[in-house]
Amino acid sequence: MDSPLETFPLFMVGPESFAVPIMASVVVTWAIMAVLVLGAALLTRRLTMVPSRAQATAELLVGTVDQQIRDVTGAAPAPYRAFVGTLFLFILIANWSSLIPGVTPPTATMETPAALAAIVFLSIIFFGIRGGGVGGFLRGFALPNPVMIPLNMLESITRSFSMFVRLFGNVMSGVFVIAIVGSLAALLVPIPLMVLDLLTGAVQAYIFAVLSMVFITSAVEKGKPQTAPETKES
Amino acid sequence: MDYVNIVSIFCAAFAVSFGALGPALAEGRAVAAAMDAIARQPEAANTISRTLFVGLAMIETTAIYCLVIALLLLFANPMMP
Repeated sequence: MDSPLETFPLFMVGPESFAVPIMASVVVTWAIMAVLVLGAALLTRRLTMVPSRAQATAELLVGTVDQQIRDVTGAAPAPYRAFVGTLFLFILIANWSSLIPGVTPPTATMETPAALAAIVFLSIIFFGIRGGGVGGFLRGFALPNPVMIPLNMLESITRSFSMFVRLFGNVMSGVFVIAIVGSLAALLVPIPLMVLDLLTGAVQAYIFAVLSMVFITSAVEKGKPQTAPETKES
Repeated sequence: MDYVNIVSIFCAAFAVSFGALGPALAEGRAVAAAMDAIARQPEAANTISRTLFVGLAMIETTAIYCLVIALLLLFANPMMP
């Protein structure tokens, strides 16, 4: 059985000496990106006041994302809607792409979850700096007191790493179990496991989005100038 | 069979089995507490179940870590010839 921790190139691109290996997960990722971008472009091309059925579905989706952001963090959803919503939709479709026969979800290989976690790590810095400036963002590391600076810096790395391992481990273990069961009894037996995989995939996509949202808002909140304690001291 | 292979396979099995114990107990306690809370306050069921799902996934991560370690031992063991 192939190791789930390795990936093998699907084909090579470019001249003989500089051939770039293209992994299957990259092809699936680009296909999902094309589906998302084309779908969004087609849906928003003719927006009307009285929505059609497709537009109503899209509005319901955006409204749900907004409501979840508001419920989970209490922040206004507008600055984060695009990033978190896209993250959720991409991971959801990537996890569910295992339904298509012959497609391994890109989140079941190591690179895609690592890249997503790296994007979240960078976006925490981006939103933190945008919310409180460079000084405010850096001051957030010294909370609640300066002794915590090394621990806070370590935590900002380990939480991204744990997001990576969580997404990768969950999706990969689902695919791996289905592969093992399928090699023992391929007819109808893996179907309950596939249903469980759908649930896991949806929950993991939700959790990835919620956790990135929580980390971003905590960085923004910490970076805000604190007026209340200063007035208390003076 | 090499000595390293036998030890790796045993350790992989031990990692998964003992790594599953703690999260299983913890998830049981978390679900029980959430059920209790929903029974007391049915109107807060939405918030509680959402928080429960996030918490369960975070607890489950420890078991997933053990699984990754086991797979590393089996498939990417640096000691294995």
